[in-house]
Amino acid sequence: MRTRTLTATAAVTALLLGATAACSSGSGEPSSEGGDVTLTYWASNQGTSLDNDREVLTPVLDAFTAETGIKVELEAIGWNDLQTRIQTAVTSGQGPDVVNIGNTWAVSLQVTGAFLPFGDAEMEAIGGADKFVRTALETGGAEGSDPTSVPLYGLAYGLYYNKAMFADAGLEPPTTWEEMVSAAQALTDPAQDRYGFALAAGSYTENNHFAFINAAQNGAEVFDAEGNPTFTEDGVVEGIMRYLDLMQTDQVVNPSNAQYDNGSFAVTDFANGKVAMILNQNNANATIVANGMADDAYGVVAFPAPADAESDVASHVAGINLSIFANTEHEDESLQFVEYMTSPEVQEQLGKPFAALPVLNDAEAVFTDNLEEAATFTEIYNTRSKPLPLVPAEDQFETTVGQAMNEMFATIATGGTVTEDDVRAAMQTAQDQVAASIG
Amino acid sequence: MAVTSAPSTGAETGARPAAGRARRRQGWWLPYVLLAPAVLLELFIHVVPMLTGIWMSFLQLTKFFISDWSAAPWAGLRNYQLSLDFDAAVGRALLESFLITCAYAVIVVSVSWVLGMAAAVVLQRSFRRRSVFRTLFLVPYALPVYTGVITWNFMLQRDTGVINHLLGDNLGLFDEKPFWLIGSNAFVSLLVVAIWRMWPFAFLMLMAGLQSVPHDVYEASAMDGARAFRQWRSITLPMVRPVNVVLVLVMFLWVFNDFNTPYVLFGTAQPPAGDLISFHIYNASFLTWNFGLGSAMSVLLLLFLLLVTGIYLAVVNRRSQRA
Repeated sequence: MRTRTLTATAAVTALLLGATAACSSGSGEPSSEGGDVTLTYWASNQGTSLDNDREVLTPVLDAFTAETGIKVELEAIGWNDLQTRIQTAVTSGQGPDVVNIGNTWAVSLQVTGAFLPFGDAEMEAIGGADKFVRTALETGGAEGSDPTSVPLYGLAYGLYYNKAMFADAGLEPPTTWEEMVSAAQALTDPAQDRYGFALAAGSYTENNHFAFINAAQNGAEVFDAEGNPTFTEDGVVEGIMRYLDLMQTDQVVNPSNAQYDNGSFAVTDFANGKVAMILNQNNANATIVANGMADDAYGVVAFPAPADAESDVASHVAGINLSIFANTEHEDESLQFVEYMTSPEVQEQLGKPFAALPVLNDAEAVFTDNLEEAATFTEIYNTRSKPLPLVPAEDQFETTVGQAMNEMFATIATGGTVTEDDVRAAMQTAQDQVAASIG
Repeated sequence: MAVTSAPSTGAETGARPAAGRARRRQGWWLPYVLLAPAVLLELFIHVVPMLTGIWMSFLQLTKFFISDWSAAPWAGLRNYQLSLDFDAAVGRALLESFLITCAYAVIVVSVSWVLGMAAAVVLQRSFRRRSVFRTLFLVPYALPVYTGVITWNFMLQRDTGVINHLLGDNLGLFDEKPFWLIGSNAFVSLLVVAIWRMWPFAFLMLMAGLQSVPHDVYEASAMDGARAFRQWRSITLPMVRPVNVVLVLVMFLWVFNDFNTPYVLFGTAQPPAGDLISFHIYNASFLTWNFGLGSAMSVLLLLFLLLVTGIYLAVVNRRSQRA
């Protein structure tokens, strides 16, 4: 029996190896210099829609082709699909040449070994490491390793508020968590279907960011120095509790928000005047304006920490990085393309339509004409942002903690209560799952 | 029969060499050639992936090794231990998901069967516009899964959904609008959507089965004074038994493995009450990138379903032999 199993296993392995070998050798056209090369590029959703992404990027890519003779085949992919698509590409070896990734995934993807490390030579080819803002480049890979991604667009969270609503109620933009909550309470009127806040409370990606930021304000870390999860630490649990309480005890969030599984719902509520405040990254601008709110009708301040907080962290270092698949047959062309996308000209060209902060030293923020807003976000990004943990299990933090928060928001919305003990228990479960997944 | 006898005579050539060889020459290869495409396809579509899955379940196939499977270290039974340790987070979640799925499968299959049977019996007699009803009933089954389920997703939204509008605003059944897609109501929503999709299949199969029941049996029983329910119990049920045996098994296997319904209905924000097992395994593999663990869970699911199927067929066959 055992021999038969062994034979079967061996046969299957051989078949599989044969299949993968056939696949990888069959993909792509033979490499040749200049003329015939076509790169495949997967772009993440940065504009108001995937169509908008294509509209914005196509002329930029055409200019690259005109300049270098390298063609670029563009595919814009929504955020709900991007991670799975990258995963499939990594697993099967059938991927694009160049891909956008959420910068928080950088280390988790780095350890798969699927991406080309930017060593000295590669870095030189794309214009040198010195051209990038340091904090942005640090998100590119684990500390002390060659990064496997370089920054493309910078993003940061800000607290957007409706100027007219604040003025009518005689309120000033908040500078502490307590001021923010009392302003939200003053502006909440469920009878008129108006709330102080809208949150993407059903989105695990948004939720985990705020678990991290609130924990960071409490001076807590979500991973220790060895890369092991520390989700049950007091500062983390209290930070999550504080965020959940916006819906639970402060009641400044419509319970319906528990079903908001992506940020755009909250942005739409804000643009339609249903809520006075939202927490969003600076790329919300395009969506707000597209929903009919003038860009001088809202203001932005840093997401405030409690008055007695240990740290005034207001955002994680958010953004999009650019990676090259290690198995590309067009490494030189891919590097040329990355160099082009991170050049000052292209950065300036894309900064506005994609509402991105500059990732290059000495570049000006061009994502908005509102100088005050530009200054606020630049300040948050440069001085009040903390990178998410640069450890391989970071993506596990995002999914497990984010999902747990989804469930806790759902409990609150459906009339249940979530106590600090519940949060701690949920964090223990999340932590166990992370430990199990590292294997 | 001819097909199987040809190779077996070939195998016995040692005993009767001359005769065997002579017979072998006359197109002995034809059955193999005819079978080959089916066998090859079966091998590549079912057997190879299944064996690969079993093999993966013994590997520590995490993201560290995902781009080079051959480097993944042997995990032995560790993935199975993790899945079956019900005191720890991973095993407990799997057990909960398993229990939810059992409840889900039993309820969906029974309700679908009852509805399908009722509709099939009612539509057995011919009346005007019968075909209109038949067509209408089959619509949920004919719709592409995504289209059907995403429509339910819209209808079940708390603030903008038509269900709450109808039950709350129009009929005034509740003051506070309930959530249908999060919290414990999610299970009810999932049941409704799954039954809506599944019952037309039961209806279709039973309707086909009923066609084979001859009319004169009913007429004879009516002469003996049998009423409708007695006729159904003593004639219809036994006559469609072969159909039922297969139908219930197939429905159970489909429903138990249902992935599309929760995936489309809940998106990325799946509530614990709607955490069906294939969806759970998908998340265990794809969200955590631990494909070894996910495979171990799949193998356990496969074993469970094999066991259920085996017992079911044994019980059903024994009964039919006795009958």
